[in-house]
Amino acid sequence: MSTEIDQPDELATHAAEVAAPDVIAGSLGEYVRIWWTRVKGGESGALPVVAGLIVIVIYFQIKNSNFLSAGNMVNLMGQAGWIIMLGMAEVFVLLLGEIDLSIGYSSVMGAAITLWMVSPAEHLPWWLAVLAGLAVPTLFSGIQGVIITWLRLPSFVVTLAGLLAGTGLLITVINSLGGPSSGGSIRLYSSVISDIEGGSMSPLAGWIVMIAAVILSGVAFVVRDSRRRASNLAAPPTSITALKIAVIAVAGVVVVLLSNTNRGRTTVLEGVPWVVVVMLVVLVAYSVLLSRTRFGRYIYAIGGNAEAARRSGINLSRIRVLAFALCGLTAGMMGIIYASFLGSASSDVNGGQNVLYAVAAAVIGGTSLFGGRGRMLGAVLGGLIVAVIYNGLGLLGLGAPAQDIWTALVLLAAVTVDTLARRRQPDHT
Amino acid sequence: MTVPDAGTPVEPQQSLLRLAGIGKNFGPVRALYNIDLDIPAGQVTAILGDNGAGKSTLIKCVSGIWQPDHGEIYWHGEQVRLHTPRDAAALGIATVYQDLALADNLDIVQNMFLGVERTKRWQLDEIGMEIAAKQTLSDLSVVTVRSIRQPVGSLSGGQRQAVAVAKAVMRDAQLVILDEPTAALGVTQTHVVLDLIERLSGQGIAVIVISHNLNDVMSVADRIAVLYLGTLAAVGPKDQFDAQSVVDLMTTGATQRQGASSEH
Repeated sequence: MSTEIDQPDELATHAAEVAAPDVIAGSLGEYVRIWWTRVKGGESGALPVVAGLIVIVIYFQIKNSNFLSAGNMVNLMGQAGWIIMLGMAEVFVLLLGEIDLSIGYSSVMGAAITLWMVSPAEHLPWWLAVLAGLAVPTLFSGIQGVIITWLRLPSFVVTLAGLLAGTGLLITVINSLGGPSSGGSIRLYSSVISDIEGGSMSPLAGWIVMIAAVILSGVAFVVRDSRRRASNLAAPPTSITALKIAVIAVAGVVVVLLSNTNRGRTTVLEGVPWVVVVMLVVLVAYSVLLSRTRFGRYIYAIGGNAEAARRSGINLSRIRVLAFALCGLTAGMMGIIYASFLGSASSDVNGGQNVLYAVAAAVIGGTSLFGGRGRMLGAVLGGLIVAVIYNGLGLLGLGAPAQDIWTALVLLAAVTVDTLARRRQPDHT
Repeated sequence: MTVPDAGTPVEPQQSLLRLAGIGKNFGPVRALYNIDLDIPAGQVTAILGDNGAGKSTLIKCVSGIWQPDHGEIYWHGEQVRLHTPRDAAALGIATVYQDLALADNLDIVQNMFLGVERTKRWQLDEIGMEIAAKQTLSDLSVVTVRSIRQPVGSLSGGQRQAVAVAKAVMRDAQLVILDEPTAALGVTQTHVVLDLIERLSGQGIAVIVISHNLNDVMSVADRIAVLYLGTLAAVGPKDQFDAQSVVDLMTTGATQRQGASSEH
């Protein structure tokens, strides 16, 4: 590299090529140029994923005009909900350079316990049942995290064992809780839980929540930028911030408009599904956790260079175990959403495949399998892509074989981009 | 010209760090034997030696990774025991190893504050950290302001070294130990790092440079200590050495040349 510290102009040029455009660019044109340099280096942010998503959506809409109908879009949100949630669970461990294969089964195990607790026979309050359903996968992944950290075993193998154990445990749990007559599944009786996927906000509430969310995020952006300017630090150009807020507003309006269209055939069915709100709240909470707290910073540091993190006095074991527990907790949420989607918790669930979709969602959304790179928003966008492929191919009358093959091809493309980007990074050994 | 004697400390009352009779054995191998060395504040002390002379062992004893088997360590004139790297860091001894220990995916500010992040309520105080990092870097005259949020992975070798040193300074280090800081660098990058070392000592920080690059050492060091097979072959101000005498000391433990000290 030719950069020299005592040649500031050259260094600034070099910096502009690699740093986040947000903090370097002074104008819109400069911003776009820096952003494009970063895309070529694999640090692209959300835009290419969004672009890919739009291309796929246009393709399906051309093939079948029902694709963008309100009914199908809301259907898609329901399908995407559980994939996105499981994808967000994987982000916590993928950022460390680890993986958790067990959550496909442990999530449903938790949901089975939740559904059993709210069943007419037990009749426990739904919130207690949800807590129990979240605690089980949290513990399950947390314990595996302890084994991985203390015994220094590879997470792939430990959680593969967890996947196998989870398969057996799920059958045992469902058979012993549901009884011999259950047929391997526990039905969902709680209306609160079934409303996550099945219920919707009133159209007016949908607008109010959407507008409040857009205003809050807009204020957050503007306040951050003006604080940076007040402290004499570089801030993104105003036009870019305005553009970001506009994109969020447009996305919000589209979702609410689609959801508020009557999609019922016999009765009126309208409003934003609750699962969208749940997803949004979790996304914001996790994004703040990863980008604004020490815990989040340490996850990235460990994923980037564990030895550097250790020498900086970070307690690696604690962060790793916590990340696995958070992965399990998020999987628990997915289990309940999944049960809400299916109306039951069944031992027939293909937890192995579900977890692979989750990893695919995270990686398609830009999370590196090597650790240290990725965002929660990526898992949401990646999960949407997986769900769109499923939904769209299904609408074209193509079944599971085509769905699996196309998901595989998209995943392969995403991993290729990740690996090539990594290879292009300069070597400092 | 006075000939410094390796056995007696120079100006003990003024030295920041004083090693007295340090010895370290690994089984039957005598890695260090009876090392007496004073590290004054605001000066650059170069520790020279061939491979296996004990340079790394010595700095590992100072940075708390290993405990010496014999001898005492004095910090500001008081005897201290360094059981862990954390003990050393708490005193203000920072070691920058050859591999630098930077997270390539984090930016300069995030790396400089890694493990000692500032928070406001429970959120990271990014603005406060960025201002402080900018200040430290400009005190050391490194890295232009616009680049402070770029990932460390995109920096050149000399810049990475500078960030690693700034990270140490940020933690109020009074003694910075640099392990082969120029070994992996080209000519211009080496120059950058040598400038940085001079600025560090100019701020009153004691610097120990481990190296076997004679040119670098001769250009930047105030004092030179030469190790030979685990013993201190010679120590003294730089002007008492020349390139040939240092090479003699490094390879044979003694020199016939005038002006340089010889082994005891």
